[in-house]
Amino acid sequence: MAEPTAASSAPSTVWSDLRHVALGNGLTVAALAVLALIVVLGLIGPAIAPWDPLASSASLTLKPPSLPHPFGTDALGRDILSRVIVAARLDLLMAFGAVVLSFAVGTALGAVAGYVGGAVDQIVGRVMDTIMAFPLFVLAMGIVAALGNSVGNIVIATAVINLPFYVRFARAEVNVRRDQTYVEAARMGGNGPARILIVHIVPNILPAMMVQASLNLGWAILNAAGLSFIGLGVKPPTPEWGIMVSEGASYIFSGEWWTFTFPGLALVTAVFCFNLVGDGLRDVIDPRRRT
Amino acid sequence: MKTAVTVAKRIASAVPSLVGVVVVTFLLARALPGDPAAYYAGSSATPESIASIRAHLGLDRPLVWQFVDYVWKLAHGDLGISVSSGKPVLEDLAVRLPASIELTGMALLFALLIGLPLGVLAATKPGRLVDHLCRLVVTVGAAFPTFFVALMLVFVCYYKLGIAPEPLGRLSEIYYTMPPPVTGLLSIDTLLAGDIDAFRGAIAQLVLPSISLGLFALAPIARMTRAAMLTALSSDFCRTARAMGLSSGRIVFGYALRNALLPIVNILGMVFSFLLGANVLVEQVFAWPGVGAYAVNAVIASDYAAVQGFVLMMAILYVLLNLAVDLVATAIDPRVAYDG
Repeated sequence: MAEPTAASSAPSTVWSDLRHVALGNGLTVAALAVLALIVVLGLIGPAIAPWDPLASSASLTLKPPSLPHPFGTDALGRDILSRVIVAARLDLLMAFGAVVLSFAVGTALGAVAGYVGGAVDQIVGRVMDTIMAFPLFVLAMGIVAALGNSVGNIVIATAVINLPFYVRFARAEVNVRRDQTYVEAARMGGNGPARILIVHIVPNILPAMMVQASLNLGWAILNAAGLSFIGLGVKPPTPEWGIMVSEGASYIFSGEWWTFTFPGLALVTAVFCFNLVGDGLRDVIDPRRRT
Repeated sequence: MKTAVTVAKRIASAVPSLVGVVVVTFLLARALPGDPAAYYAGSSATPESIASIRAHLGLDRPLVWQFVDYVWKLAHGDLGISVSSGKPVLEDLAVRLPASIELTGMALLFALLIGLPLGVLAATKPGRLVDHLCRLVVTVGAAFPTFFVALMLVFVCYYKLGIAPEPLGRLSEIYYTMPPPVTGLLSIDTLLAGDIDAFRGAIAQLVLPSISLGLFALAPIARMTRAAMLTALSSDFCRTARAMGLSSGRIVFGYALRNALLPIVNILGMVFSFLLGANVLVEQVFAWPGVGAYAVNAVIASDYAAVQGFVLMMAILYVLLNLAVDLVATAIDPRVAYDG
């Protein structure tokens, strides 16, 4: 990755920053393109999948990759390529759902805790500490077990274990802005705390929060797929990358590698692109946090 | 004296976490969908039998009393009875815990043995091949699901190359005799029994699962080592050491690494969270008879007492590991004692 140079003389706008990062970083742009493709698959996947992802065929079981079935077929003779394509929607929805949920709840909780301070801050802080006291994936398993084994609860569990990161981030960002002059001015102008928070402070922390969210998406996909890999949430025959890897894993001893490799690679590609795009977005919006 | 106070403070600071963990596991069990009494009573239950089970389980009492009861039982090591195995949950977990500890320990060892040197080399030669290798490992480690890496390793090393043993459990009982359990860790028990063949067998079974699990922990360790070493190497004291003509080995290991150790030790807390969670996935792939595989079966079978016991045990283990990380940080860096 090229280091950002401070030599640009034109006033820095988001677009010029964007162009700068894009020029210096072909990999991020490539990742963005692949990601766009995955999102398109998520939107129109069922319409363009070459075969019916649920149609089984007794004569086509466990066929290696071939021209009509580029990713091969699984134990029930279903086309793996079609299943991988159709699964994109569910995997993306689970990840986006979880991230949006923890983003919204986390920003609200963190902002209020950071602005109000005192007992509210203490309580929110303690609750978040308690969530962080669990190994996160284990807590997610416990939540799914308690709330019931469904896709919706996988989303909730993934959102809960991510919540502390958003709350802490929002709290810290609001806390440093609480006493800045523009907030003082708004207060002098007669704005109430809710209005100051929503109109004056939160819009200022949103860009950094969005970066946090985009860096979080890849992890949310991994988490949701991990839960469905161990048999939680998604039920067969629904196509989903994690459960497809787990179904294919039974054929590892007979050498049918395509059954688990292609869904796994789809998962890796999606996570990889999300991570790279998240890094790129951070470089544009919040360059100081580069590592 | 100062240090003793700091250590005492750290130990005390783990108490609220433990209390929180117990409260949350209690509440998780109360969030069960449906009526637990009806669940335990089975499908042929009458309203009377459900009511008697509810009274027996204490579910008709106020929540606070149920919590007191839960803590009381917990204090006596009673985690309830597992519905699927019919045995006390604590007993089930205790039998399986050593397998998980052995796997996690090996994975951590692997991650440290590779991650630390990789991060140090990357920081001393920025922009060179080893730096790119480090970046590659970090990116791959963050993007590859543990279970997928595990499956690929099994496919390549066992099925294709035949260099790894069959990925089924800790020791093949067809070829080897199980050593008498002393520590529960097969790599140690086999040595204690003087059975070198079985020791080799146990280690061979451990290699692939440890690598799959360790790769996941490797990424944060390598990234943090690289970043901390870069900071330390560009600091004033390293510049002075260099100006004084000290050898580069002395500067890197004697000065920079010692100062970089603190952030590295601190990130181990996060690494343990990864390891204890990903353990579940790796155990599933390798049919490893640990607590993770037990918990997965319990979740699928709606064996609530077992799931609750597992979550509680892992959380307590994690709180204690975090405490250990804090104490190690205090031991290696005197500045921490003054900050705390």
